[in-house]
Amino acid sequence: MTRDQLTKKLIELAGKRFERDTSELAAADDFFEKLGIDSFQAMELMTDLEEEFDIEIPDYELQGVNTFEKLAVVIEARI
Amino acid sequence: MTTTPNTPSAPSAPSDATVARANSSSAASTSEQATPNVVPRATRIGAWQARLLGKRVLRGLVSELEKRTGIAIPKPGPKPAVTRPVPSASFDGRALRWRLVDNAAGKHLEVELHRLPCNEIGTTALEELELLATFLHAGAGGARAMVLWSSSPKGFCAGADLRELYTALMSRYETEGRSTRTKLAVAHEVRGFVDRIHAAFDTIDMAPITTVGAIHGFCFGGGFELALTCDVLVADKSARFAFPELRLGLVPGFGGIPRLKRDLGNAVVRDVLFTGRSIGAARAYEVGLVSQVVPRGNALEVARKVAEQACRFDAQTTARAKAFTKPLPREELAREKDLFVDMIGSPVVEAALRKFVESTSVRPYLP
Repeated sequence: MTRDQLTKKLIELAGKRFERDTSELAAADDFFEKLGIDSFQAMELMTDLEEEFDIEIPDYELQGVNTFEKLAVVIEARI
Repeated sequence: MTTTPNTPSAPSAPSDATVARANSSSAASTSEQATPNVVPRATRIGAWQARLLGKRVLRGLVSELEKRTGIAIPKPGPKPAVTRPVPSASFDGRALRWRLVDNAAGKHLEVELHRLPCNEIGTTALEELELLATFLHAGAGGARAMVLWSSSPKGFCAGADLRELYTALMSRYETEGRSTRTKLAVAHEVRGFVDRIHAAFDTIDMAPITTVGAIHGFCFGGGFELALTCDVLVADKSARFAFPELRLGLVPGFGGIPRLKRDLGNAVVRDVLFTGRSIGAARAYEVGLVSQVVPRGNALEVARKVAEQACRFDAQTTARAKAFTKPLPREELAREKDLFVDMIGSPVVEAALRKFVESTSVRPYLP
């Protein structure tokens, strides 16, 4: 899976989790801002990602990660 | 003052008798000299001085007053024993509610954590956990198992009520300043809180019935520590477990490290403690922390089935098997309390608490 494909997949997962149209979401979007998510929802998204890709994502690796692009980089390193 | 369940198996909160002993300077001195190695020196002196300081000052004032007036001031008699009726089979409090449930094999107790936002453990929750411990100690109304669950959408329990702790600390410092005396008094009060929470948790841990925790969402810090008092954990896929205390300049103080070490070993303790990371249900299952992982929203239903199964066994046999397989790590629990109380007065803790309370981060549990 290329990084672009991975980013697209992340957007799909986030859209599904937070019931948003994926056409509203872009790779460079700040997903906290765009989706308006709190700490609980951020944790839910992290759990979804771990389940989807069958990986573990330590919370500290996500510090400062706020766009789908950056998230893709973190996940790519663990797949 | 609330009473704490005083079981032979659980370290009890300071009783009136304990306080009375501590209030007698000669008795306390003798006791301190006789057992110099039982408790680390720093903590021993902290609690000891805090108790004696007020008593000595008061005794001096009374003595001076008697001298000047020539009137003998009567000594206070023994305090009346504080008694609390054993809670009934159903309870509806501000943080907990419970009821006895008939199942196909017997009767189990269902305990619901329901304080929003996510069952933070402060003084209210502590008082009601003490009531639960009293009820369990008194036989739990004949229940043969217990299910502990949360109705908060966010999770099982997000840990200690740090806002309450921070507000209380700041209020105290603002009114009394930050003298050594104030800090000693704060340490003494924190010690009292921690003693009480340990007594309640230990009683739940050692209850002679099978206890099942149904976990979803946040199970962090003190909430994780509460979950670890249960015999069996059922987690749904949303569950996440963490010990984020190091980011506060603290270690977990409600018995979490000794219980996790007892159940899983020190490597898991170091992983979650030294990184502060949260682990999901799948990882928790892999390391043996949870016994079953179920789809989102199904943990309570599955936990009820585990409780029902537990009710099929002979009560005495279960009690003896539990006592054999789940010993209380008393020495480590005592050391953890000392370490926690020793750390609480640190400027690092105050700064970290302030940062947490004022934080708008989506991951406030990380530094």
